[in-house]
Amino acid sequence: MAGLLDAVELAARRGGRVVFAGLSFLAAPGEALLLLGPNGAGKSTLLRLLAGLLRPAAGHVAWDGEEVGADPAAHGARTRYLGHQDAIKPSLTPIEDLRFWSRLRGGDPAAALDALGLSPLAALPCRTLSAGQRRRLALARLTLGDAPLWLLDEPTLGLDSASVDRLGGLLAGHRGRGGIVLAATHLPLPLPGARELRL
Amino acid sequence: MIPVFLRELRLALRHPAEALAAVLFFVIVCALFPFGVGPSPEALARLAPGALVTAALLAALLPLDRLFAGEAEDGSLDLLLTAGLPPAGLALAKAAAHWAVTGLPLLLAAPVAAALLALPVEGWGVAILALGLASAILSLLGTLGAALTLGARRGGVLLPLLVLPLAVPVVIFAAGAIEAGAGGGEPRPFLLLLAAFLAAALPLVPFAAGAALREG
Repeated sequence: MAGLLDAVELAARRGGRVVFAGLSFLAAPGEALLLLGPNGAGKSTLLRLLAGLLRPAAGHVAWDGEEVGADPAAHGARTRYLGHQDAIKPSLTPIEDLRFWSRLRGGDPAAALDALGLSPLAALPCRTLSAGQRRRLALARLTLGDAPLWLLDEPTLGLDSASVDRLGGLLAGHRGRGGIVLAATHLPLPLPGARELRL
Repeated sequence: MIPVFLRELRLALRHPAEALAAVLFFVIVCALFPFGVGPSPEALARLAPGALVTAALLAALLPLDRLFAGEAEDGSLDLLLTAGLPPAGLALAKAAAHWAVTGLPLLLAAPVAAALLALPVEGWGVAILALGLASAILSLLGTLGAALTLGARRGGVLLPLLVLPLAVPVVIFAAGAIEAGAGGGEPRPFLLLLAAFLAAALPLVPFAAGAALREG
């Protein structure tokens, strides 16, 4: 599942304002990149751009030398994007939520629940979950189907320390399989040996 | 595509009030006509075809502004668009679910509405058929409207202004079919024209809606 992510001279614009420009970086299999910078520096914008949700104002993103915009479906299949929001429907239960995404993404919903310690909550409607539990459910979706590129926007928001440790294990396993992690954060993340990218 | 459709159905079953609201709106609008026009069956029956179709289309519009807005607000739309699913497929699944959740219940309520409007019983079968085709076309056009107005301020007001003019041929042919069916005429040409409209919209509209989603 390994692949190489190559961003070349990326620029992004938001509301007519240039957020960043001339941004180039390379991420090899197993590597982790921490996106750092003050509020409004464009961390979330860069992640959305890499996920294919935004088009760069200039430059391009390539995966194994192939431009990702050329085949959005293939890029979607290899990417897991975790946004600010948890994308949870209050009336569904965690296991129903993961079953739905596993139908689109593959993977085992019960194992994904277990990976984030959510198995005891599997049958409760999501509206009864706490903010940290909802974040864990959003993180559990990352593990569905083996996607090599994880794009995480503030992944530890609202997590307790036990869950941060669990996430650390997941990230280490993902990198061990040759996966790439890009994470925007203001909090310390369990990503040993991660390179820093300042925006 | 099918998982998205099934998820929509499941969510609708958990919140039946929304679909029910559209059906009740349809019946209540039809119930208002006898008060406005007077209870004379001849006058009502003359109005019934157009009133039925108009009321059904307006009722089907009600839940449309939440079709993508809810997904966009909670972040689900980002995940759906990056799930490797073509945006057109997502739009088609949404349109199909809107029809199943809103259009089908309207058909079930159509006999009640037809009775309130004193539509002759001979026309009821054709009325249900015409409303079925008309609501399916509106689900498609409405999905396009919902995708285009996503993120616009006051999108809920913009949506009917965008969709209803496109639905004019639907009103003409559906009302024509019902009138022919109730008056002993030949409803077939009208129904075929509606079906042709649906056949054209079915492949074209999801692509347009998908493009709007991707740009939005």
